[in-house]
Amino acid sequence: MKTRDLAYVALFAAIVAVLGQFPPVPVPGIPVPITAQTLGVMLAGSVLGARRGALALLLFLTVVALGVPLLASGAGGLGVFVGPTAGYLYSWPVAAFVIGWLTERFWRRYNLAWALVANLIGGIAVIYAIGIPFTSLYADIPLSASAVGALAFVPGDVVKAVAASVVAVAVRRAYPVIELPTRRATAG
Amino acid sequence: MLSLYRPGTSPVHRARAGLKLAGLAALGTGLFAVPRIEVVLAALAAVLATGLLLGRLPAGALWAQVRPVWLLLAGLFGFHLLVTDALTGTVAVLRLLALVLAAAVVTATTRVTELVAVVEWLLRPLEVVGVRPARVGLLVAMTLRFIPVVAERAARIREAQAARGASGVRLGLLVPLLVQVLQLAHTLGEALDARGADDVPVRRPRRA
Repeated sequence: MKTRDLAYVALFAAIVAVLGQFPPVPVPGIPVPITAQTLGVMLAGSVLGARRGALALLLFLTVVALGVPLLASGAGGLGVFVGPTAGYLYSWPVAAFVIGWLTERFWRRYNLAWALVANLIGGIAVIYAIGIPFTSLYADIPLSASAVGALAFVPGDVVKAVAASVVAVAVRRAYPVIELPTRRATAG
Repeated sequence: MLSLYRPGTSPVHRARAGLKLAGLAALGTGLFAVPRIEVVLAALAAVLATGLLLGRLPAGALWAQVRPVWLLLAGLFGFHLLVTDALTGTVAVLRLLALVLAAAVVTATTRVTELVAVVEWLLRPLEVVGVRPARVGLLVAMTLRFIPVVAERAARIREAQAARGASGVRLGLLVPLLVQVLQLAHTLGEALDARGADDVPVRRPRRA
């Protein structure tokens, strides 16, 4: 891991933090306002790739756990890691890894459609696959109830996956960071 | 950047960070292993006594961390009343409340530097696979330093776009922000290399 990668990881952790401070956007027809924090999860995987993306989210969660209130809800500290929805937090590094892994597979033919596939699988399917059973086990409620509770967030997450894909495709054109092993790095 | 740490000299403040975290982990395991109302109530009382009496924390310091999950816990209790029974619901909700409060006590009484030291200690076994625990402190410091930088750049881009007549374009903000940040990371990586950050395990002086 190069020093530059450390800088990428730290700066993306900061981006996820800043996105969490953006005011939530109420969208007509969607029950819960959209916060931009999981947009950061998707962007970290889409822009940095699997390893660095996952590390950026691990670092972000570490800083939150150390007591800095950086989550979109204004929460921080160890409390959120033992709360009923902690599974969603734990899923973020995994989600960024999956998005990054898929993005690396799609990198040569990367466009809006492939970006969307990566972000929908990693940014929605993975997060819900971890978060829903966690809440169910942890709060002692049936899996179906936990899933119904999560449904309210799906429309907002789809909007975010589209947004993250549009941004990721534009950033790839302007400043590609993911380097495939067979291709030489462009920036020296 | 605002931290949730509340300075103090109480025995809870002076206890070792590793001990407090181990206690938190033990409490979490214990409460889920023994889901009985008297155990949960005893744990809740013990946590409150540790925080408020022994640790002399203001109630607000604990409330600040309960507030984000408050509604969720209330909703959970309501759900249990409908589906299971009041006792199961009380155990499930109070158990989570006790854990969140215990975590709040640890966060409010432990310095960030001490917690970083524990993280570094926990990562030490991973040294054999190439992880450098000493880098954790550096990365945490870099992240805290860059949050205002990133926020300031975002504000500047928004102003520039507003000056050109664009309003409320959020996606249009993200692309230039990400490109600027990636360029910054590139420069920063070179600066770190120039200072030898990659050669020696960085041991930062402990600062409060």
